[in-house]
Amino acid sequence: MLERLENAPSLRSGPDANGHFGVFGGRYVAETLMPLILELEREYRAAQADPAFAAELDDLLKHYVGRPSPLYFAEMLTKKLGGAKVYLKRDELNHTGAHKINNCIGQILLARRMHKTRIIAETGAGQHGVATATVAARFGLPCVIYMGARDIARQAPNVFRMKLLGAEVVPVTSGSQTLKDAMNEALRDWVTNVHDTFYIIGTAAGPHPYPELVRDFQSVIGTEAKAQLLEAEGRLPDVAVAAVGGGSNAIGLFHPFLDDCVELVGIEAAGHGLKSGEHAASLTGGRPGVLHGNKTFLLQNEDGQITDAHSISAGLDYPGIGPEHAWLHSIGRVRYESITDDEALAAFRMLAEVEGIIPALEPAHALAYVAKRAPQMAADAILLMNLCGRGDKDIFTVADALGVKL
Amino acid sequence: MSSEAATQGAISDRLARRFEAVAGRAALVTFVCGGDPTPDITPSILHGLVRGGADIIEIGMPFTDPMADGPAIQAGNIRALGAGISLRRLLAIVAEFRGIDAETPLILMGYVNPILAFGVDAFAAAAKAAGLDGVIIVDLPPEEADEVRPALSAEGLHLVRLATPTTDAARLPAVLQGASGFLYYVAVAGITGQNSAEATDIADAVARLQAATALPVAVGFGVKTPEQAAAIARHADAVVVGSAIVQLVGEAHARLSNDIGGEVERFVGTLAEAVRSARVKEVA
Repeated sequence: MLERLENAPSLRSGPDANGHFGVFGGRYVAETLMPLILELEREYRAAQADPAFAAELDDLLKHYVGRPSPLYFAEMLTKKLGGAKVYLKRDELNHTGAHKINNCIGQILLARRMHKTRIIAETGAGQHGVATATVAARFGLPCVIYMGARDIARQAPNVFRMKLLGAEVVPVTSGSQTLKDAMNEALRDWVTNVHDTFYIIGTAAGPHPYPELVRDFQSVIGTEAKAQLLEAEGRLPDVAVAAVGGGSNAIGLFHPFLDDCVELVGIEAAGHGLKSGEHAASLTGGRPGVLHGNKTFLLQNEDGQITDAHSISAGLDYPGIGPEHAWLHSIGRVRYESITDDEALAAFRMLAEVEGIIPALEPAHALAYVAKRAPQMAADAILLMNLCGRGDKDIFTVADALGVKL
Repeated sequence: MSSEAATQGAISDRLARRFEAVAGRAALVTFVCGGDPTPDITPSILHGLVRGGADIIEIGMPFTDPMADGPAIQAGNIRALGAGISLRRLLAIVAEFRGIDAETPLILMGYVNPILAFGVDAFAAAAKAAGLDGVIIVDLPPEEADEVRPALSAEGLHLVRLATPTTDAARLPAVLQGASGFLYYVAVAGITGQNSAEATDIADAVARLQAATALPVAVGFGVKTPEQAAAIARHADAVVVGSAIVQLVGEAHARLSNDIGGEVERFVGTLAEAVRSARVKEVA
């Protein structure tokens, strides 16, 4: 089914010169920001051609982030599920506890190249905010993090972490008070302080070239996993799975496998269930439109107004998705499924009990899919999952959902 | 090319007639959020703008995520959406206004997603039928404009372009390519209703833009008072006031005013007086 035609064009060559993946992507921003994102693109091309940039990035990823992250054969989980061999890419072991830092390191090096002196970012679960605050501290730049007031309430540990790292955390009280609104507010800051400010976008979305450069910085996940699995098993996985909110960890895992005979599955958050209307599954339940600088699938009403997403996971609680995912969905290369809050909670507990690993609620969605899929696969099949974040930040949310008072 | 030239020639010229009619002074362009505070009150506000002396009206197309707007217009969007405005209903309001006022140019201003959801061709046809003159789409830079512009120009509707303090000489030709109606100069890098630019900076920018285009140059963002409007009116072809009016609408609504249209008319009257006398005073 997944065999590629000889000489088929690579699926890894996008976006085109204008930042489009098929009809998705693009640069839908205010004119004030256009010169800056064109300059960012020029600077990114220069950095890509500069061996010193790659050398510094690699050095920081190795010694500061702790890469390569291990590829772990989850033997106990495999036994429990009774099917395919399950491998976990342990990106939760990175410095700051998630994959977000991979991208932040890359972007802050770009900020320094562009002589920007102030860093801003949006955050949902707080993982990207923590990672941004971390690199801002490391590079000695002041940092402002925009975070929805509702997310601040459910991610208190990460808010405190960001403050310890010297960042200013600005609560956003507009709209649904979650990631979408934090991104609006960060864009408003950026357009106002365009002369000195670098916006470190946390997911593979936003105006071109962000989806491309975030993907490139996150592709270290899939590139490592591919080499590690070849070493461990002598072959590629049959299926690779990752959770999708904006989609940065998923595109980072998938992109190196796009031209290979590997089934790729992205897991969206189904919240209370797709039929409830309270979910964050923009591919499964949305339509193409334009928000936050790019054309992609969005949760919206018939009048083009953006509707609120819902997920127990703050990191997946976003009504859009990166444009490359929208394209991969439209051409059928990646299959997107969805997992409810309750299923993710069950998977969260299972991994803690079976493997002694507390996952973040985001990859718990991918894990819930693995729990359904692995038993349907042969014992010699290989299922690879990106464990993109650890669950320390989520213990209050989970305790609350389980009716436990801490 | 010839069909393009033909449609350009047929483009709605209410705007051109209005700029001709006010020659010798700057035009006053006023912005309100469509449907704010309620769709039923919007027509009386639009007529209040005209009675107060607005030469051109921009009507905001409400959007849930107005990324380029400050608190005043964000609040206006929320009020309007909460009161049930939709793009379809807004076009009905435009048609109703056009039935009473055949000459005041009306421009819709907003974000691209509601237009895409409506369908670009269907929107252009409905906008033309309603009597609209053009569109300003904040998040549609020239790089993405081909998605919308052909449909608009086929219906004779202007797609007004924006230039900003970050639009340098190298980029300006791309902005002007395909610009029509007027050129909207965003006077400050930022969101609506916040900081105000220095008058000398504006004068320099307007001179630079006027040298590059035959289109009238309108200046907006951060223009809140009659004094600020007058200062800009000495140089620009038009002055845009938005957030200050939307703020007034919000305050009047919160006070349960039963004459929001009248309050808007009186405030716009002070702006119109300042704009109309700006160059006279300078000469005197």
